[in-house]
Amino acid sequence: MAGAKEIRGKIVSIKNTQKITKAMEMVAASKMRKAQDRMRAARPYAEKIRKIIGHLRQVNLDYKHPFTLERPVQSVGIVVISTDRGLCGSLNLNLFKAALGAIREAQGKNVKVYLCVIGSKALQFFRRLSGVEIAASVTHLGDKPKSADLIGTSKVMLDFYRDTKVDQLLLVHNVFVNTMTQKGVVSQLLPLQTIDKDELQERWDYIYEPDAAEILDGILMRYIESQIFQGAVENVACEMAARMVAMKSASDNAGKLIDELQLIYNKARQAAITKELSEIVGGAAAV
Amino acid sequence: MANTIHVDIVSAEGQIFSGEASMVFVPGSQGELGIAPRHAPLLTTLKAGEVRVQSDGAEEQSFYVGGGTLEIQPNRVTVLADTAARARDLDEAAAVAAKQRAEDAVRERTDKVEIAEAQAELLRAVAQLRAIERLRKKR
Repeated sequence: MAGAKEIRGKIVSIKNTQKITKAMEMVAASKMRKAQDRMRAARPYAEKIRKIIGHLRQVNLDYKHPFTLERPVQSVGIVVISTDRGLCGSLNLNLFKAALGAIREAQGKNVKVYLCVIGSKALQFFRRLSGVEIAASVTHLGDKPKSADLIGTSKVMLDFYRDTKVDQLLLVHNVFVNTMTQKGVVSQLLPLQTIDKDELQERWDYIYEPDAAEILDGILMRYIESQIFQGAVENVACEMAARMVAMKSASDNAGKLIDELQLIYNKARQAAITKELSEIVGGAAAV
Repeated sequence: MANTIHVDIVSAEGQIFSGEASMVFVPGSQGELGIAPRHAPLLTTLKAGEVRVQSDGAEEQSFYVGGGTLEIQPNRVTVLADTAARARDLDEAAAVAAKQRAEDAVRERTDKVEIAEAQAELLRAVAQLRAIERLRKKR
């Protein structure tokens, strides 16, 4: 009966782990749905702003805002949005790979890199990285990020851009493709890429109060902030989806492991019984 | 349809209101605005206050906005609401806090080389803060 007891102990402990992973899977699944809703809810704001900016640029062709001007890139600011917690598969790893790619590319061109990290995983990862400066960070946004919590971090980067401390602002974030697929993507926040003209059918000449420049400035800032916020919200949806998938495969693996151990356990038990029987039979024959 | 105007109130966190109205009141930064259908196109900023939407045959609805931007087209009003109270000083404080967190994270490192690096970082951050303060005074 040598291994039988130990094997049983192992099975019990794996079963307990499986219970935990199953619970986490279900929690992640329900949170994912909510996160997706929030992700969708955040979209109209960015769309409306984009339209207004489009209108503004159409009627104000002569006015150039610093956010729309291309400058030679001597330093670059990168905003990285990661999760706060682990156990979500390779989500963060892939994101960091994308971010590292952008950083290495910049450093290859002798461009200084300023980082703005959102999420404690990114903070832990990038503070060990040499040659980059972490200018701002925010962690523990929770499952429902609030735009108010991101104001500070975005402002640091926007100020850097305005003071020409960085000449380009990139956003590294996860894109929710579907439940199975999330992609780490690098996109450019500043200078603003031109906005499609074909979605504008009408021309307005606005009355501005107080004046066009100030309003445009405010709107552009809100636009960038909303992009970062959108990234943070989408990141939560990605985190939950990735965790759900990771936990599902963990539960499946635990199930397989239990099956295998059960087989070994049964064999060991059977061997013990056979041995005992043959001992009894042998003993009887001797008498 | 001719005497209603479409109103959208959206914030970064979601859509707050969308529908037809016969009259909308908003707290413009230059004073309260009443918007009737076929208002002239206008773009302005909002201060914190109440947006009231009146429509025929329904009760007046009101929404709190913490500021934001207002766009008026002849048949459409868009309120881009800030959910949080925003002011230059508050934003500044948030920015300082974000920097502080980065500094704290860096300070946790233990290696001697890393400490030297971190100190350099701290100096830089202090310089940044000073620059911001100077800027603020200028304003």
